[in-house]
Amino acid sequence: MATTVTKTEPIVGKGVRRKEDPRLITGTATYVDDIEMPGMRYAAILRSPHAAAKILRIETSAAAAHPGVVAVFTGDDTRDVGPVPCAASLPGLRAPEHKVLATDRVYYVGHPVAVVVAADRYVAQDALDLIEVEYEPQPAVADPEKALEPGAPAVHPEWPDNRAFTYQHEGGDAAKAFAEADVVVKQRIVSQRLIPTAMETRGVVAAWDAGMRTLTLHSSTQIPHLMRSLVAAMVGMPENRLRVVTPEVGGGFGSKLNVYAEEALLAWISMRIGKPVKWIESRRENYQATIHGRGHVDYYELAARKDGTILGLKAKIIQDCGAYHQLLTPAIPTLSLLMAPGIYRFRNVSAEIIGVFTNCVPTDAYRGAGRPEATHCIERMVDLLAAELKMDPAEIRLKNFPGPDEFPFETGTGLSYDSGDYAAPLKKAMEIAGYEGLREEQRRARNEGRFLGIGISTYGEICALGPSSALPAGGWESATVRVEPSGKVTVATGTSPHGQGEETSFAQIVADELGVDLDDVEVIHGDTGIVQYGIGTFGSRTLAVGGTAIHYACQDLKTKIKQWGAMLLESDDVRFEGGACVCNKTGKSVPLAEIAAAAYRALKLPPGAEPGLVATRFWEPSNFTFPFGAHIAVTEVDPETGQVEIKRYVAVDDCGRIINPLLVAGQIHGGVAQGLGQALYEEAVYDENGQLVTGELMDYAVPKATMVPHIESSHTETPSPVNPLGVKGVGEAGTIGCSPAVVNSVVDALSPLGVKHIDMPLTPEKLWRLIAKGGQA
Amino acid sequence: MIPQNFDYAAPSTIEEALELLADPEAKALAGGMSLIPLMKLRLAAPGRLVDLRRIAGLREIRQDDGALRIGALVTHSEIESSPLVRSRCPLLAETASHIGDLQVRNAGTIGGSIAHNDPAADYPAALFALEAKVKVAGKGTERTLPLEELVVDAMVTALEPGELITEVIVPVEAASTGTSYQKMRQPASGFAIVGVAARLEKSNGRIGSVRVGVTGLGPSGFRARRVEELLDGTAGSDGEIREAAAVVAEGVEANADLHASADYRRHLAQVFTVRAIRAALARAS
Repeated sequence: MATTVTKTEPIVGKGVRRKEDPRLITGTATYVDDIEMPGMRYAAILRSPHAAAKILRIETSAAAAHPGVVAVFTGDDTRDVGPVPCAASLPGLRAPEHKVLATDRVYYVGHPVAVVVAADRYVAQDALDLIEVEYEPQPAVADPEKALEPGAPAVHPEWPDNRAFTYQHEGGDAAKAFAEADVVVKQRIVSQRLIPTAMETRGVVAAWDAGMRTLTLHSSTQIPHLMRSLVAAMVGMPENRLRVVTPEVGGGFGSKLNVYAEEALLAWISMRIGKPVKWIESRRENYQATIHGRGHVDYYELAARKDGTILGLKAKIIQDCGAYHQLLTPAIPTLSLLMAPGIYRFRNVSAEIIGVFTNCVPTDAYRGAGRPEATHCIERMVDLLAAELKMDPAEIRLKNFPGPDEFPFETGTGLSYDSGDYAAPLKKAMEIAGYEGLREEQRRARNEGRFLGIGISTYGEICALGPSSALPAGGWESATVRVEPSGKVTVATGTSPHGQGEETSFAQIVADELGVDLDDVEVIHGDTGIVQYGIGTFGSRTLAVGGTAIHYACQDLKTKIKQWGAMLLESDDVRFEGGACVCNKTGKSVPLAEIAAAAYRALKLPPGAEPGLVATRFWEPSNFTFPFGAHIAVTEVDPETGQVEIKRYVAVDDCGRIINPLLVAGQIHGGVAQGLGQALYEEAVYDENGQLVTGELMDYAVPKATMVPHIESSHTETPSPVNPLGVKGVGEAGTIGCSPAVVNSVVDALSPLGVKHIDMPLTPEKLWRLIAKGGQA
Repeated sequence: MIPQNFDYAAPSTIEEALELLADPEAKALAGGMSLIPLMKLRLAAPGRLVDLRRIAGLREIRQDDGALRIGALVTHSEIESSPLVRSRCPLLAETASHIGDLQVRNAGTIGGSIAHNDPAADYPAALFALEAKVKVAGKGTERTLPLEELVVDAMVTALEPGELITEVIVPVEAASTGTSYQKMRQPASGFAIVGVAARLEKSNGRIGSVRVGVTGLGPSGFRARRVEELLDGTAGSDGEIREAAAVVAEGVEANADLHASADYRRHLAQVFTVRAIRAALARAS
């Protein structure tokens, strides 16, 4: 037996390169559209060109007769499929029946009306042009505030007021806080509709096996197991005969945290025609028919003492739901409500959410999901308050943070913030930015007539979603860690990473726990046929919840390993260290590979032990985690054109303990880019007839690499007490921190003109008009 | 995003190409940066694509009689990086460097861009300022015409059915000429919301030979002759430049879309005219 120890240096905390990258950057990864099967057919979907219309007649005979067409289906054929599920429930929620294909009415541009199945994609698309649909257009409404006006067109005729739900929350005593306040600031704030724009659009391959009576569904999704349960119900088949496989996913950002009509439709078609069938969403379909994000009009009031102490908040949140509820549509603004007080000490909150139907594609989770809206509002309000009181925006924030000794901190919205030192990232960001020097530079610039702005945002998040009590479908996560007979390690996670890099960070955790090399750990996910039930990847939960399940599975495994090690070492006093069991008395050791071989050969078993080295854990978190941070943006506005230049961008994020700094940097960079997109460029524009004007990438401006500034990224590390890894999550931090920092900066730049607030996106023309009119909107 | 069925031909000579293009169902394919997206959206459905990219003679840049002759199939990145264009006609190279993104510049061609005549394309600003000419070949015909005669309206040119642009002719600049192209990018597409090219000489403290080309503002690119006249012979003071630039949008029906209103475009045209003239002046010697 060897006495050498193979591995001692921890790999957690190191910026190791992503294990998944070689296949991704050499084009050898498999996405849904890469899947080919013998006899496969291709589907194309006819979508409504109208935002609201009655369907009088659909004529499919010419399409059906087109050479190469296998079948044409309409809503009449699919009445028994579905409905498309909404998992969120709120008291009094109005949930329209959401069929997979429209039957007698269409409710938004892009609403699926018919599907052609053909020998190839081209034929299918050609045949779509041969379907005749007679529509009777109806009045449409695309603006959520207009939809609430009396006499507005009813999106669903049965609910003429267009109200999908209302939800109220009272925390503390807001009325008293406002009565006692020296100052109240009020603002209407829009968080515009955004299009998630994952690089890979959605796609589905459904394959019915008539012999086995099983269906395999390949889908570009963030939630394979939930999809299995929900699609099985939609098509009426037993869940254990449906296998969902998630191949490589080219981005989701929440848009694939859903179950769409197409998944059930494709499953149904494959069973109906007995062939595999593929559907790949075009970019135009992706813009029209995949969920959008945000879509808020918020009315905020903040009450404070004249020394800057914030006393209370009133908020009215109007959520544009679109025409239907997708999986989590009504739940998203409830996250905004929970996050409404930001990371400030006041507990008096009176808030109301009004969910509104419009003739637009549904909104749902998009990176940050409810929290960017809330953070944008509270961070704008704090700046408005600072301006009103002529206080420095940093000073007013520092004054209102709870101290590090006040955690767990109970909020006025019912949350319990786990741990925090909110002043630390702000002070660090100010130091990196050279805050005092910047203010001096700003004074000089203003004397020259230049518009230089400094914007701060200090944000908090609700992450690691979450305790099961807070989620509609369970908030736990699962892991199986298996030492194979050769000593190599396989990890099966119930999460579904799709670009975040957890194949690497999970392997780091396991490599340290089991004392093996990173390359000896294989992480598998996204196949319900080989992975135990899980919840998925969203809400910055994968590492904090899924990683914790892996951590605990490793602890169970180590107990087993020590039983086998003790037997092999003939000792009752062993430890597991550096990939080997070591006898504490003799110093003799046996490496993991030998232990594994013995455990599977099973010639002799330790007392009470079973053969094999496998452990599975389902871990339920006791709370969310609450990452936080401070971003500072320095901007200059061109007075002639209104263009914004980001001169500096400092991000100090506290995501708890950092497992892999390279992955964290990637998340911050990508997150900031998307926050910047919202702040400066992006807006899903529907015209008054409900036509989507920004229907393609030629008109919808996602930031390109050249439009994203250098990000000076740094961290503080406040471990979370919620999980043993101490991690909090970082997937959405950059997005949440960014938009208020940029908007506060530009408002600060234009404040000499009396500008107090500007709604996103801060387009050059909008700013030019403000400047030209001397600050008057 | 799936085009309709079409035939494809890739001739190796202009004559063959013209023969194929005599079919009214045929459409010439150069870089495909505009045509292919239109086909994918099924807004264009030509029966046959005649791919010009294998015609060797259309990919050359040569200097001849005080002019640069640029083959219609020369890509934007070839123009951007050509030592000949950079030294002899720097305005065109500078303008090419502002087009779209790297992938578009690697595929898109100058002839294709001119023939498509998108009102927001970058080239027209430079080509009008350069008083460019375009050589056009038809079946058994050949003619050379100034860009001003070729350009008719948004997406419309004086090209007859079956005609091809084969060459773009721009002057070889004197080393003393100052030029600049200034634009505001449409953030999604990279096209010009407004782009202005300026070209001028300076001698004895006076500005001369001023040429100003504008794109993005109206239905087509154009030469801003009133601006040129006002600036010609001045010392090029800030006030004189501003005064000249102030008339750039006069008489132009300004475009309006999601990204910029007509008012804003007219304003930007003035701003970028000032900037282009200033930059050109700084480069003139």
